[in-house]
Amino acid sequence: MDFNTGERGELFRREVREFFAEHLTDEVRQRVRETGTVHDWKLHRALGEKGWLAASWPVEYGGQEREASEMAAFYEEAALAGAPFDGLLTTLIIANTIRHVGSDEQKREIIPPILRGEVLVALGYSEPGSGSDVASVRMRAVRDGDEWVIDGEKVFTTLAHESQYVILLTRTDPEVSKHAGLTMFLVPLDLPGIEIRPIHTLGGERTNSTFYAGVRVHDRWRVGEVNGGWDVMGVALTFERTVTGGKETVRLLERFVEWAREATDADGRPRLEEAPVREAIARTAIRNEVSYLLAQRANWVAASGGLPGVEGSQSRLFYTTRFQRTASELMDVIGPEAVLDHNAEGAPASGHIEHAHRHSQVGTIYGGTSEIQRGIIARRGLKLPSAR
Amino acid sequence: MDLDLGEDQQAIRDAVGGFLEKEVTPERVRDAEPGGFDAEVWRGLVDLGVAGMGLAESRGGMDGGLLDLALIAEPIGAHLTPAPFVETATVLRLLERVDAGAALADRFAETLASDASVATLALRPARSGTFRLVPAGAVADLVVGLDGDDLVALDAAPPGVGSVPSNLGAAPVSDRDANAGERTVLESGDAARTAFTAALDDWRVLTAGWLSGLADRALAIGVEYATSREQFGVPIGSFQAVSHRLADVSTEVEGARLLYREAAWSADEGLPRMGVLAGAAYLFASETAQKSAEESLHFHGGYGFTLEYDIQLFFRRAKTVALALDAQTPLLHDLAGRILQGSGRDLIGVGGG
Ligand SMILES: Cc1cc2nc3c(=O)[nH]c(=O)nc-3n(C[C@H](O)[C@H](O)[C@H](O)COP(=O)(O)OP(=O)(O)OC[C@H]3O[C@@H](n4cnc5c(N)ncnc54)[C@H](O)[C@@H]3O)c2cc1C
Repeated sequence: MDFNTGERGELFRREVREFFAEHLTDEVRQRVRETGTVHDWKLHRALGEKGWLAASWPVEYGGQEREASEMAAFYEEAALAGAPFDGLLTTLIIANTIRHVGSDEQKREIIPPILRGEVLVALGYSEPGSGSDVASVRMRAVRDGDEWVIDGEKVFTTLAHESQYVILLTRTDPEVSKHAGLTMFLVPLDLPGIEIRPIHTLGGERTNSTFYAGVRVHDRWRVGEVNGGWDVMGVALTFERTVTGGKETVRLLERFVEWAREATDADGRPRLEEAPVREAIARTAIRNEVSYLLAQRANWVAASGGLPGVEGSQSRLFYTTRFQRTASELMDVIGPEAVLDHNAEGAPASGHIEHAHRHSQVGTIYGGTSEIQRGIIARRGLKLPSAR
Repeated sequence: MDLDLGEDQQAIRDAVGGFLEKEVTPERVRDAEPGGFDAEVWRGLVDLGVAGMGLAESRGGMDGGLLDLALIAEPIGAHLTPAPFVETATVLRLLERVDAGAALADRFAETLASDASVATLALRPARSGTFRLVPAGAVADLVVGLDGDDLVALDAAPPGVGSVPSNLGAAPVSDRDANAGERTVLESGDAARTAFTAALDDWRVLTAGWLSGLADRALAIGVEYATSREQFGVPIGSFQAVSHRLADVSTEVEGARLLYREAAWSADEGLPRMGVLAGAAYLFASETAQKSAEESLHFHGGYGFTLEYDIQLFFRRAKTVALALDAQTPLLHDLAGRILQGSGRDLIGVGGG
């Protein structure tokens, strides 16, 4: 047994930390907070120039073939720095998917600009009627010669307003069982017939509703087989589950301790001396370490060539539920001022904890709700009988 | 990062696991109540070589590190083994570390082999000349504890299981006189406190291993019951209200296991984070063991409340061991104090330090 993250990981960690210290300015953070667009083109291109968008990729794609420990260090540092990398995450999921199941033409056309940091891809899975049961999507794609005509609506198409492409899960055969009639398309977002409308969220992040009316796409944009969309989805979900950062709770604890060192009670005593403050620090630290270890375990399984299905779900379930609980409990300990947000003068920890309380609510929803994760753990991990 | 056990570690675990599976059945655990000690089982662990594993090879031990020991504590806890493995291992590590412990270690190595003798650490300093509720205090031939400024070792006849005050987990605790028998001062002053703290950290990690084993087995019992028990024409484990709560428990059990192992590994590596991790590991394993036993008991319905089913054995021990050291609040404060002594990001929840 060895819990060391390894020499290479540590070296890379330092490099990444320095990069974010230089490139992630307060202006960028400010703009992200104001617009809710959790992406910054300048930062993203700088990552591309470093070759870090392709950090884990094979050399033939211009990648750096960095090992799992280095990738873990990269995502940890990005999260610790508070880097806005939603676009990086969705785009790399699709780049990896295309690498595995895309056509040669798609690989040539899409992957190089993605890895240079010039192109983003949004995920168009969810629809108003299809969330957890994503295989029930109703968006239609109908063949017309060399083209397909797409009609329908997607919801929560995050970063569509900044992206050049969206990957769409569509129904191409409504007659067969729900998983058997799906096809995936990579669709340029500048095609006629596409409309993007913002959705504003509790955490401040912006996402979108996207509408598609008679959108004509060439068959060369189809990813995988006709009616083979569920297989492509399986590949994409694997990459979704293996990119985990999850260091927001460490930042949260850091900010809380900073606050507690400076804040004083009515009698002028540092709040850090209060028993409930100290107990909250201990509780949070324990959860953070367990979150870290569960994530490391999932990474380790992946790095050893396995598919961390149950391990990934356990990591995600623990981290997201504890993030919520911690943010809420820290506010309880702080007291009335905890509700002041970052726009208010004198907000504790500059409103960081108040924001975390709101933002953490989405963790148990997207990327598979916590009920979906528990289902995976119960069925595949504990071998309990299926719910239906 | 490598989360696989070493070959030797796996081999010893298999050997111990085989012994426990055969010998330490739930009936055996019940039979040892209320005294909580089974001399034959302890003899068996001595003969397997695991009881003295932490002793130097020159003393007939295996020079085992804290991780090696903790990996054994886990299956021992899973079987609720009524034998003082954690207690003895903690003291042997301490004797190997302090200069004045050498002669005692030599002597104990002999009596361990000949009489399966037992050692233990009094977890709280003596008050008015008494160590209160010492784990395995009823059967320990050698008691180490902090008495004022001195870390002392008492070689004294144990009071026996008849002295055990009736308690929730049938733990073989007993009060011990800090001046009885042959008294050796191992360290004094700051050195005594430092050595005592280090021993407590070892105990925390080993106990976290023991509790992780308990938690894992309690979960397995719950899962098995939920798979076989049918109501409304289906196994109860197919209800999400049942399966999702068991999924939560399994996640926490994995976390508890990783955390005690990381703490033990960091001790063997001599990392300064060891103290923080030991505190965290014990608290988290305590919480997890209790939750696992409670949930599993609940999903047995009325049968879980009967003494006939085994899950109550786990439920009672989880709380008992979680409270062996101190009330929860001071444990949290101790951990917070240690965390705040560090600085920046090299604390907890961040890889690489
Ligand atoms: C900020 C944000 C960003 C997002 N970004 C994207 C994106 O970029 N692309 C994209 O395609 N989607 C995105 N999503 C959508 C997200 O994936 C879905 O919200 C999620 O899958 C849940 O679907 P739903 O919202 O329809 O909820 P539902 O599926 O309707 O679930 C409602 C509740 O029912 C529970 N439930 C559902 N099924 C079961 C079951 N079988 N057993 C037990 N309980 C169940 C759920 O756990 C949940 O609590 C985003 C969502 C948010 C909030």
